[in-house]
Amino acid sequence: MKIYKLSMVFIAMCASLLFVQCSDDDDNVIDIQTCNDGIQNGSETGIDCGGTACEPCAEGEINFSGTYMQEDIMGRPGINTVFSGTDEVKNNFNTTTVTDRADFTPIFENTLETYHDVYAESLGLDPEEVNYVPNILGLDATTFATVLAQFDALQVAPNAQTVYFDPSTGVALTGRNINDDVIDISLILMFGGGDLNNLNFDGTDGSPLLISDSVGFGDRQVVDFPYLETPN
Amino acid sequence: MKKTKIFAAIGGVGIAVLAIFLIAADHIDSPSVAGTTTDIADLYAFEGSNADNTVLIATLQGPLAPGDVTNNASFDENVLLEFNIDNTGDFKEDLVIQAIKRGDSMYFFGPVAPETQGLSSTVATSGPKHSVKISTSSDVEVTDSDGMKFFAGPRRDGFFFDFNRFNQVIGGEVAPEGFLPPGEASDFFENVNVLAISVEVPNSMLGTAPPHVGGAVGIDGLPPAYNVWVSAKRRQ
Repeated sequence: MKIYKLSMVFIAMCASLLFVQCSDDDDNVIDIQTCNDGIQNGSETGIDCGGTACEPCAEGEINFSGTYMQEDIMGRPGINTVFSGTDEVKNNFNTTTVTDRADFTPIFENTLETYHDVYAESLGLDPEEVNYVPNILGLDATTFATVLAQFDALQVAPNAQTVYFDPSTGVALTGRNINDDVIDISLILMFGGGDLNNLNFDGTDGSPLLISDSVGFGDRQVVDFPYLETPN
Repeated sequence: MKKTKIFAAIGGVGIAVLAIFLIAADHIDSPSVAGTTTDIADLYAFEGSNADNTVLIATLQGPLAPGDVTNNASFDENVLLEFNIDNTGDFKEDLVIQAIKRGDSMYFFGPVAPETQGLSSTVATSGPKHSVKISTSSDVEVTDSDGMKFFAGPRRDGFFFDFNRFNQVIGGEVAPEGFLPPGEASDFFENVNVLAISVEVPNSMLGTAPPHVGGAVGIDGLPPAYNVWVSAKRRQ
């Protein structure tokens, strides 16, 4: 009996209001339609077009049909370009899903070690003596490669500092800001070893500089939405 | 790694191959997409100036030289850009925010559960729908609606990297110095542009974040975090 009464009230409300949407989802109830507000409302049949008040929708503007197939994908910066190694692997990477990357882990680990060996060779050192060292996140080579290949997404914290890595707070992998130096962070994770206060390959005492490319945000500015600056 | 394994793996190609490995964040990252309208350059995701919001930015088709190259660059009506949000921790997209060009505008759908997960998509027209007129260098258009903000158009590339030196370093060509010191290094991306799509969305629309994936590999103490990636898909 109670349900019946409520239903009748609901139907009556719907019938009495011209422009109010009668659905369970009342978040978007808008009773004033405008033809330039960037949303579909009132009697519009498309965004700001159609219905009783706006210009008719052009067919091409509202046809969203069809199936779309993945050609490129990106999570963290530099993963495919730095670790895939060959054109074939790069192409394959771009047409896989994040959860289908197990085959890429050994490839990435190989590439990581190869970089060390190439540098050892060029310095006249034994490549067996110059290897990846577990990084400041404590990840050994296989685990690091697994994280890069199979968990390749930006982790984004909704209720905390968002940053790729902040040495001053130790917060890591909670987002990526425009001005985060993701290259230096990546180089540190690849070549720096495990001690943030005493990184390997830091360019001192005859050591090669491999943990920073020495360029920063430069004269760019951090701006408000859309957060990137006016084009050059 | 052991020397024998390495050289078995790379054979006679060796260092020469390594010299061309490295390019950029994701700019022109594979032959199949380089120079096409699906080529993603970068992904940013961070807390907005309103701390209750998350900002998602994808850049495409970079690097674009200033002037005519930038002014003539355009989004492709056959390319669907998707921000993917995993809020359960399985690295499958639970929500998407889609962007696709029609006419002089970029249309946005979501956040909404996609009809299908994975490599193929349809436009989620059942989801929240917004649009913004595509900006030019001089005419900047932003839609601010339902707590969300939208932008699409050319912007300065935010990515910075001495990529020429990087290739030399990795190729072993500049041993034993490695990278150049500050003042001598140069940012390849300092004066180039990209096509950018920016969305600012209230966290309340993205669901509850799962435990941070770092915990799965022994990195403890990190806050709950969504897993976010971007994909570019072409109409079949």
